Amino acid sequence: MAAGYYSNKDGETMLTREQVEHVALLGRLELSESEKETYATQLNEILEYFEALNKLDTENIPPTAHVLPIKNVFREDKVCEHLDNEKALANAPAKEGNSFKVPRII
Amino acid sequence: MQFNALTAHELHDKLVKKEISAVEITEAVFKRIDAVEEKVRSFVTQTRDKALETARAVDAKIGRGEEIGPLEGIPVVIKDNMCTEGILTTCSSKMLHNFVPPYSATVVEKLKQAGAVLIGKANLDEFAMGSSTENSRFFATRNPWDTERVPGGSSGGSAAAVAADETIYSLGSDTGGSIRQPASFCGVVGLKPTYGAVSRYGLIAFASSLDQIGPFAKDVRDCARVFSTIAGHDPKDSTSAEFEVPDYTSFLTGDVKGLRIGIPREYFVEGTDPGVKELIYNAINKFEELGAVCEETSLPHTEYALPVYYIIAPAEASSNLARYDGVRYGYRDESAEDIVTMFMRTRSEGFGTEVKRRIMLGTYALSSGYYDAYYLKALKVRTLIKQDFDRALEKFDVLISPTSPTPAFKYGEKAGDPMQMYLSDVFTISVNLAGIPGLTLPCGFVDGLPVGLQLMGRPFGEGTLFKAAYAFEQNTDFHLRKPNL
Repeated sequence: MAAGYYSNKDGETMLTREQVEHVALLGRLELSESEKETYATQLNEILEYFEALNKLDTENIPPTAHVLPIKNVFREDKVCEHLDNEKALANAPAKEGNSFKVPRII
Repeated sequence: MQFNALTAHELHDKLVKKEISAVEITEAVFKRIDAVEEKVRSFVTQTRDKALETARAVDAKIGRGEEIGPLEGIPVVIKDNMCTEGILTTCSSKMLHNFVPPYSATVVEKLKQAGAVLIGKANLDEFAMGSSTENSRFFATRNPWDTERVPGGSSGGSAAAVAADETIYSLGSDTGGSIRQPASFCGVVGLKPTYGAVSRYGLIAFASSLDQIGPFAKDVRDCARVFSTIAGHDPKDSTSAEFEVPDYTSFLTGDVKGLRIGIPREYFVEGTDPGVKELIYNAINKFEELGAVCEETSLPHTEYALPVYYIIAPAEASSNLARYDGVRYGYRDESAEDIVTMFMRTRSEGFGTEVKRRIMLGTYALSSGYYDAYYLKALKVRTLIKQDFDRALEKFDVLISPTSPTPAFKYGEKAGDPMQMYLSDVFTISVNLAGIPGLTLPCGFVDGLPVGLQLMGRPFGEGTLFKAAYAFEQNTDFHLRKPNL
């Protein structure tokens, strides 16, 4: 069992409310109280379903992140056709001059 | 018969013989949309003016006596997660409700080069996450065979538009079954190509190691023609494969004598509608009649495919969807005074329930302390699933199964229960995990609802799938039936 796992009285994996809040922060999501409740319940149900994978011994099995036998794909380092500033900025919610404009950072 | 109800190859022949014009075809499609769109709701955006402009150009070309290509002057609908330069591309999300791409996806560019007439963008489950198109932030698309039922998803709009004859063919994307399951529910042909066969450049990413673009069509010949047009290596997609693209219609011989067809027993277990199972067995009998050799086989790790998928796909999605931060495009919450609050509010309001659920799930699976237990474990089991297919496809040319365990379910029936919704993809997701091609075609009806037969093949073995599918189709008439709208 991975560190941080919690179990309820039936010994099932449980995601705590604090963990839900932590994961939401990592994903930059602001959840309402009711969303936290719902997601905690539903994610626990889904995580429980994932337990089935523990039946398999995968000690010596290599992972497959990608099905194609390709590694790094390189191209020549030369400038190709690219978006001009105006087009790149066309969808910006806010802009100033040649830049995207955002609220206060510090 | 109305022009809009014909196939691309039938219309092409009529164009060449000058029996009709491209403008007439396009107008027939518009007329049909005017008549049924209120009930079906396939379209997020329609591009009628541009469509007519393209059609007129094709007619002018025919008028000059020039030769036209197989898709030239033929209407197409594209799922609204593929970028179309100058045309709204929303992913059916509030996050991209106002996004007008400055470039086109490679598939869109290829269709444009082929003279295709783009008539609009099709509805989908938000960011292609879902199996019913109920997760669209705009509206739900209905199944043309029964408007109380879902068209499937996530490419529900693309499937419904073809089934309702609101277009001649369409493009969708398939990450875990998002072309095949809606094609099955709507009674049309759908292909999820081999991973890497079609460029993903300009496809708004969901799970990059699983996503593929493919066609929806009214018959196998059209499907093969469209795939021949969109397939091939693209330097703009480093995961697209270098391979020779044949004319896939050359595989449509109708001859399946000696073709070895495997029946994976794990796809015929409990939980599948008995009516669906019966139709698949009928199809197997039909293939045997036609001279194919059908034999039971096993894909022993099938039961693990769903948990593996629901770890890998959300993990990749949580990373891909990190780009939506309200800075460069799309929705932004204007109330926040600092940037982190702006990110959080933008994402919380911009994304819907299922998208947020998957971001949560994927972020958790990738987070410190859980990476090995979930993500790495899933990648390892993915290897076992792929090895099952490698082994089975050494012995067999094609594997056969139901596309989905049931026909189309009712609107709202599974919307509140994510696990139940995920289970409707149980027969399609392994194909994405293994990276192989999967094709679905109509094989009958249960209570008036269409059922799809899934054929799975070797990587880059689409030709064999077309060959088998065409032989079946030419000896049945399920693809010719139309919904009563």
